[in-house]
Amino acid sequence: MAADQHNLAIFRGLLKFKSNQQKIWGVLIFLSIVTIIEVFLGIVKPQFLMVPFLRMKLLNWIFIILTLVKAYYIAWDFMHIRDETSGLKGSIVLPLLILIPYLVFIILLEGDYIFDVMRDGFVSWNF
Amino acid sequence: MEVATSTPTDQTNVWGGGMRPLNASYGKLMMWFFIVSDALTFSGFLVSYGFSRYKNIDSWPIADEVFTHFPFLHGVDAPMYYVALMTFILIFSSVTMVLAVDAGHHMQKGKVTLYMFLTIIGGAIFVGSQAWEWKNFIKGEYGALETKGGQILQFLDQNTGKRIALGEFAQPIAGERTTHAGSNGVWYVTESELPSVSVAEVKAGFESNENLVIRIQKLDENGHKTVLSRAESLEKINAATTVVEGANLIHNEYGNRLFADFFFFITGFHGFHVFSGVIINLIIFFNVIVGTYEKRGHYEMVEKVGLYWHFVDLVWVFVFTFFYLV
Repeated sequence: MAADQHNLAIFRGLLKFKSNQQKIWGVLIFLSIVTIIEVFLGIVKPQFLMVPFLRMKLLNWIFIILTLVKAYYIAWDFMHIRDETSGLKGSIVLPLLILIPYLVFIILLEGDYIFDVMRDGFVSWNF
Repeated sequence: MEVATSTPTDQTNVWGGGMRPLNASYGKLMMWFFIVSDALTFSGFLVSYGFSRYKNIDSWPIADEVFTHFPFLHGVDAPMYYVALMTFILIFSSVTMVLAVDAGHHMQKGKVTLYMFLTIIGGAIFVGSQAWEWKNFIKGEYGALETKGGQILQFLDQNTGKRIALGEFAQPIAGERTTHAGSNGVWYVTESELPSVSVAEVKAGFESNENLVIRIQKLDENGHKTVLSRAESLEKINAATTVVEGANLIHNEYGNRLFADFFFFITGFHGFHVFSGVIINLIIFFNVIVGTYEKRGHYEMVEKVGLYWHFVDLVWVFVFTFFYLV
């Protein structure tokens, strides 16, 4: 793909870069900030984020969302998905977007069920 | 293959070859095929980790207590700093890779060489860091006892609440057996190295030291490991059968055995990807130096290995979250 075909705007056009190199450094700074926030939260573990929310701690939800944000920018800007045709974009992203959440849902539900069985069952697991 | 510029397609020539579906070359599409399938493989692994974790949600090891080392800082409790550093190294090597791809678009051989070189260095540092992380994990820190049911008992000082290593309080008992070496006794019969202390020695030391209590795997409602009282501890230690020092695929002093198994398997599989990425990058790097792509007229190979390299970075972002943060 020729150099002048790069889409140089990120954050839905909020931030426009003059050249592709500048965009790369900009994305690096953004990813670094997100990672620093993650590490900071992981070390401090603020008490108000330790509350349960949808069967997980709120802090863990924040970690997962920040991870997905990072994954989006790595795929979109470093792997140039932003510059691909919409057909290629869809055929890469859609299978993952459909299959992975489905797998996560059924497997984690099963794990939770087995936890309940082991806790409430008649067999002792801790002897 | 020619340059990946979009050529106007002659509609009469659609079936005559030369058309690029999705405006991407064959090699790049195949790399994307591989990446999508590998992404599904990794999600299978991470989801099975999640399965085991949900299954043992009330006794899973706390990552902050497991990975506490930082190079040259001995005895300092530094949770997460080292993996955070590793993450930065990998993201940075991803950036140098994009810069190499970008320089390739402008046919700047010197810059591609430099950025490829930096990428390889970053990847090598990352693999080395992972090896160091493994070494610490395998070696262990405090040691623990394992009960017949596979539960891990760790030792604490009840005044300070700090963990105590087995070697610090175990009382040496004369006549305890040593590791049987092949040079002694029956020919060619050896055994794996015995732990530095025996169960009886740990037990004797525990009973004579009033300050020691046992911490079990079970988490309380605040997510901390349950600490038993002295009386409960004295009773609990009788269930111990084995001394565990460090972690391997069968025993794990940090808690649940599955944690160690998944740690070795997933970070190992990822580390293998990084390692093969470094090798592939090296091959492309030498091709750049000898001018293969200059002669070919485009640097698309750099872009293709770049895709793989970013994918490895992408997977690490998830491994980092699910092993160290969540």
